[in-house]
Amino acid sequence: MYQYDQIDHTLTRERVAEYRDQVARRLTGQLTEDQFRPLRLRNGLYMQLHAYMLRVAIPYGLLSSNQLRKLAFIARTFDKGYGHFTTRQNIQYNWPRLEDTPDILQHLADVEMNAIQTSGNCNRNVTADPYAGVAKDEVEDPRPYAEIVRQFLTLHPEFSWLPRKFKIALTAADHDRAAINVHDIGLRLYRNGAGEVGFRVLVGGGLGRTPFIGKVVREFLPKDDLLRYIQSILRVYNMEGRRDNMFKARIKILVHEHGIERFRNDVEAEFAASEGEPLYVGKQEEARVRAFFAPPGYEKLPGDEPMLTAKLASDAAFRGWYERNVVAHKQPGYTIVTLSLKPIGAPPGDCTADQMDTIADLADRYSLGQLRTTHRQNLVFADVRKMDLFELYQAFTKLEVATPNYNRITDIISCPGMDFCSLATARSIPVAQRIAERFADLKRQNDIGDMHINISGCINACGHHHVAHLGILGVEKNGEEFYQVTLGGSSAEDADIGKIIGPSFSSEEIVDAVESLVEVYIAQRHSGERFLDTYRRVGQAPFKDRLYGAH
Amino acid sequence: MALIKDGSLAEDSWRTLSDEDAVIGNGPIIISFERWRDGRDALKRHNGPLGIRMKSDQPPALIADDIDRFHLIALEFPTLADGRAFSYARLLRERHGFKGELRAVGDVYKDQLYFMQRCGFSSFELPAGRDPNDALGALKSFSVVYSPAADDATPAYQQRGKPGGK
Ligand code: SF4
Repeated sequence: MYQYDQIDHTLTRERVAEYRDQVARRLTGQLTEDQFRPLRLRNGLYMQLHAYMLRVAIPYGLLSSNQLRKLAFIARTFDKGYGHFTTRQNIQYNWPRLEDTPDILQHLADVEMNAIQTSGNCNRNVTADPYAGVAKDEVEDPRPYAEIVRQFLTLHPEFSWLPRKFKIALTAADHDRAAINVHDIGLRLYRNGAGEVGFRVLVGGGLGRTPFIGKVVREFLPKDDLLRYIQSILRVYNMEGRRDNMFKARIKILVHEHGIERFRNDVEAEFAASEGEPLYVGKQEEARVRAFFAPPGYEKLPGDEPMLTAKLASDAAFRGWYERNVVAHKQPGYTIVTLSLKPIGAPPGDCTADQMDTIADLADRYSLGQLRTTHRQNLVFADVRKMDLFELYQAFTKLEVATPNYNRITDIISCPGMDFCSLATARSIPVAQRIAERFADLKRQNDIGDMHINISGCINACGHHHVAHLGILGVEKNGEEFYQVTLGGSSAEDADIGKIIGPSFSSEEIVDAVESLVEVYIAQRHSGERFLDTYRRVGQAPFKDRLYGAH
Repeated sequence: MALIKDGSLAEDSWRTLSDEDAVIGNGPIIISFERWRDGRDALKRHNGPLGIRMKSDQPPALIADDIDRFHLIALEFPTLADGRAFSYARLLRERHGFKGELRAVGDVYKDQLYFMQRCGFSSFELPAGRDPNDALGALKSFSVVYSPAADDATPAYQQRGKPGGK
């Protein structure tokens, strides 16, 4: 993985010093909370319902075991012993004290991490396919570009005070595991008809109050033009994005109001005008960065592992886990393993300090000392030898990260909701827990098959409910929590925004409603169809009838 | 109100006129964009240095053909959060070739000075109550940069390629 050089270290250290000064000014009253807010936000510090929340960047979701140990240390020392992995591959701490935060950032800097721009109206963490570099279906490893973009946009002098937050995601695979369609900029590396590899550039995707699927602004962008094109998009957005209404300030609204043609013309004009600016990092730098992501020295292993085959035949629980949470690796004899942070009945994405420490040790033993965080709030060991799978499975089971529910109905994405978030209109974590409990039975989960349920505690949609096969949005009615259901969304290559099925459900009714919808699917499905496929084929009617027919 | 110019505290030799103030004498004056737009003929008789003050919804394109007329361009930051003028500054320097004094005015915070300077601002008008000495230090917040801008700082990717680079 990428390693800081002197320049990266210097910049991070200077940022900590700057932030320490800002906190000191706040604590002595030189800065009012109003003045301090935009400054602390640029270092990932939010004010939550009960306390501050600190969000730490995990660039494109890649972590070393040492970094994870440091995250565990921070959770134990400065927080209540756990952290929360987010849909944007970051980690959040829910209970830090303001006066400790400069020290936390210093600890992070020691392991080449930071919280720069993890909140505020600026460029956020660049996210990527959690299987980058090991996926069978990718044209090349996208992470060198993610790192180049990360650096380019870190403390960017022109783009640190944008109309609104700005999120970039990147993939190089056929199957989109990075949700590039619902990002401000979505980049997909692919090979065009002429055999060259470059980017398809999407712009203006996003969730929140007004969800949009990204639109293609450039069908094919040569790799060397990447930074210059991003600069062009950001410059047009910075100058023309709306600043009169924060709910209309995201780039998706600009693209929508101007139309993609006009927006594209503006970007292309700016791009043409910037010709000749020194925005290509150069072959040498590109090679330097790429070298950090070179495939590790894989052992030459047979594709088949007789010991594994035997274990799979004799141990049904292991087989269930293997079939669910283990996927093929591009290298024979290796696999990609998902650690589920969705044990039945626990808050999705939470991880204790002790778990982190053990996971770090296991990553050293079984996955070349690295791991990844995912958009679906799980963790991934990307380089596990088939011969080690059973041992690892046993360790994971002990650690309670072996729930075989990857992409299943209990693999729920949920925002923190009313339990933590000051903007929430309803609780979301308890709903996730109750749904997971209802569908805990593994046989039933496997029968239902791939199904994404996402839950948001308010219209800001941090839980990505719009792009779930079945989305749940918490709303408030006369002081009571209600839940609105949307169907048919997806954040993958078949991306779409789900549609509201009808009137919302009370907290008591919502789990039954989910179950009814699942039953309609089971009754209607053709063989091989996921919930989403059936819904898209038959439409809303049968689902609606079942939910509201009797009323 | 304190002024920082070319890296140190400075006296302000410019007078900012309101649109009602008469133009008297040939001292350096700053007028609004509206006044320039609506009454440039009247200003022809002013032989002293001329500055113009642009609001954050007035992009440089509006004065693209007149850039040479101005010795100073002041770009307004109405709030900390309104970052449009960062782009305007770069365009003025890098596209329109503006060589005069580029001044940040309005709700100017020390925490932004470093970025402003990188985008091409050469002077900063701090609102009353903000310590200019403290702000001076902020101009040197970072000694390395990742991205190129309107200043002559070498971005990391070029520095790394250089012999003797880090
Ligand atoms: S969706 Fe609403 S409740 Fe949930 S985290 Fe975002 S702002 Fe908070």
